[in-house]
Amino acid sequence: MATIVAEATGQAILHEEHEQSFLRKYIFSTDHKVIAIQFLIYTLFFLMIGGLLAMLMRYQIAWPARGELPLGGIFPESMVASGYILPEFYNALVTMHGSVMVFLAIMPMLVGVWANYLIPLQLGTHDMAFPRLNMLSFWAMVPAGILTLASFFVVGGAAGAGWTLYAPLSARPDLTGVGLGQIMWLAALVFIGLSSILGSVNYITTTINMRAPGMTWMRMPLTIWSLFITAILALLAMPVLSAAGIMLIFDQTIGTSFFLPEGGGQPLLWQHLFWFFGHPEVYILILPAMGFTSEILSVGSRKPVFGYKAMVLALVSIAFLGFIVWGHHMFQSGMNPMLGLTFTVSTLFIAVPSAIKTFNWMGTMWRGNLQLHSAMLFAIGFVAMFAIGGLSGVFMASTPVDIYIHDTYFIVAHIHYVLFGGSLFALFGAIYFWYPKMFGRMMDETMGKIHFWLTFILFNVVFFPMHGVGMVGMMRRIYDSTGYAHLQGIEDTNAIITWAAFGLFASGFLFAFNFFWSLKKGRKAEANPWNATTLEWQTPSPPKHGNWEEIPVVYHGPHEYSHPDVEDKDWLAQNERPDVVSPAAGSH
Amino acid sequence: MAHAATAGRVPERGLDVYTQKVGMWVFLCSEVMFFAGLIGSYVVLRFGAADTWAEPGDVLNVPVTAFNTFLLICSSVTMVKAFAAAQEGDQRGIKLYLLLTTLLGATFLGVQVYEYIELVLHKSWQGSHGFTPAAGLYGATFFTMTGFHGFHVLLGVICLAWATIRAWRGHWGADNTHGIEVLGLYWHFVDLVWIILFTIVYLI
Repeated sequence: MATIVAEATGQAILHEEHEQSFLRKYIFSTDHKVIAIQFLIYTLFFLMIGGLLAMLMRYQIAWPARGELPLGGIFPESMVASGYILPEFYNALVTMHGSVMVFLAIMPMLVGVWANYLIPLQLGTHDMAFPRLNMLSFWAMVPAGILTLASFFVVGGAAGAGWTLYAPLSARPDLTGVGLGQIMWLAALVFIGLSSILGSVNYITTTINMRAPGMTWMRMPLTIWSLFITAILALLAMPVLSAAGIMLIFDQTIGTSFFLPEGGGQPLLWQHLFWFFGHPEVYILILPAMGFTSEILSVGSRKPVFGYKAMVLALVSIAFLGFIVWGHHMFQSGMNPMLGLTFTVSTLFIAVPSAIKTFNWMGTMWRGNLQLHSAMLFAIGFVAMFAIGGLSGVFMASTPVDIYIHDTYFIVAHIHYVLFGGSLFALFGAIYFWYPKMFGRMMDETMGKIHFWLTFILFNVVFFPMHGVGMVGMMRRIYDSTGYAHLQGIEDTNAIITWAAFGLFASGFLFAFNFFWSLKKGRKAEANPWNATTLEWQTPSPPKHGNWEEIPVVYHGPHEYSHPDVEDKDWLAQNERPDVVSPAAGSH
Repeated sequence: MAHAATAGRVPERGLDVYTQKVGMWVFLCSEVMFFAGLIGSYVVLRFGAADTWAEPGDVLNVPVTAFNTFLLICSSVTMVKAFAAAQEGDQRGIKLYLLLTTLLGATFLGVQVYEYIELVLHKSWQGSHGFTPAAGLYGATFFTMTGFHGFHVLLGVICLAWATIRAWRGHWGADNTHGIEVLGLYWHFVDLVWIILFTIVYLI
């Protein structure tokens, strides 16, 4: 087995280093670090696109009667006519904001970027198990991105049936006016599924079979645990979405009627298939963020993660429960109420492992020597925002409450607290934290802290009032809310939210500037700028092609900070030989 | 450089199975979920709409497909033989059995294409002219499930053809069996899926 691994990843790669052309090294690269950086650029671009779509939506929500959309003239007549965002275009904005953010920005940023970058480095191996499949998993995302962008400019515009693609709305062009755009988006989804499955095969196999000597399961950093569990979720959930998406494409193109009641099909079947994928997807979007947070909090508090084993068990149980709760998205769909009760109970169970994680993060920080750099600030922000998002999730899990708030802005508030306040905060933290390893330079701390405070404050100004707007009854995909008696009096709130959203979007450009400016002008980073223990920090910044000249040997758990038996420093690298500490301490 | 030292270090114990095999098992888990999505939908749709289903044999030509099923099962046997030959370093056996497996797989595909043409051109069901994917849920589920299975067979045949060409170049041997074993795992999976599909689509 050892010879295979070395042959596949080690020697071949190290020898190749000097012979590679530009194309092989940076474009069609099989190096996991280059692929991760490709994913990072790709996802940051789509994060901006998704944000832009949201800004257009917010303009419409705040000032539906005003028209005068700034720069409205650059849009084709089919989208914006004499300064007014057209209803059909608004449908496309709602749909594509959600779709782009979930599938092209957050998910590939969590998994495509960090699983690729961190798994081989933190496990101490030369590369992924299947480097060429890994390359393919990035390049499968490219047609997905092109199809998505192009769909805005075809006849009928981009998909407009919501990111959940509920049939028959999504299956019949005459209902939304969108034909080709919907098909293109589904085709993009199939490519995304392919990318995700190929990636997952790689991450799982690498984690199982290619850990450095001494890297036992219970010595793996929590980032690896979370990415490993996430890969299992993606592996089992994505193909179901692919199957469902293909059936929906057939409904649109070759006259089948899987989800069309007039042909004997069942719209509810789509909802079951979509949410069987969709709920694990929610955990695909949060588990890696939990992993990064655990890592950053431990390093930034100079303490081991509180309750490492409990954290691992919580990850595993969240993943398991994630597969049996999908019905809580469908309380209003007309399914059997007894089934609804089952889903309520199983959903409420998830609060237990989530709470374990939240308390353990607080336990990690408790009386720690807190280093409040940008990455740490974002990690702490994650814990706070995740707590709010998690608690509002408990409201929705309960059927009676959910019937009242279903399809209102309360739901919008909840999803953004977990997906933006949760996932994206952790992602910003992860980028500040691992940037020096990726590019060999530090990001600017002052800009980073300004970015954090702007994001943190504006985020809450944008999304907290949405809870209230939703309780009043504002529907979540409404084009113009001014015509309803029960929605009189929320115009000012909506305008404030929109102004704050503009500020939030603008603060993203400060981050982007910091990101690109630091590539050239950032302070040079040493190998281990945070005094961290995990393996990736024990190589140069950035690591060479092949990562290690010699595979490291692991002697310790992942978070040995402030070890009582180590005297000259407050951390103990995973690959430091045990004879530097007393035998009792080394037996961890 | 330090290659010797690196190559000498044994990774932490994983599954005690070589990496490509683990990868294929993991990939097949995802394939199981893909077909579970299709077959699960079929079950839900069929029992939700019992009166729109044809009796077995009314539309489909069961004997021809039964023969086709037999071919695919035989191809699994020859695949096992190819792997056994590789383990023994029997070059003639490797070539023979890989070629046989490829041909059996290709024949299966050919019969399936013939079956599709017959159905589309000469069968009718519930008044529709020709039995097509648009012919009710029965047609939709039939063509989707068997079509995607056929697509998997096609991928398998392409890989098998490639493996056969390599066999003629002397690529496989007692010291190089992994590729055949991993491809065999995939092929047996495709075979297994077909046995399930044949049962629920043609026989029940």
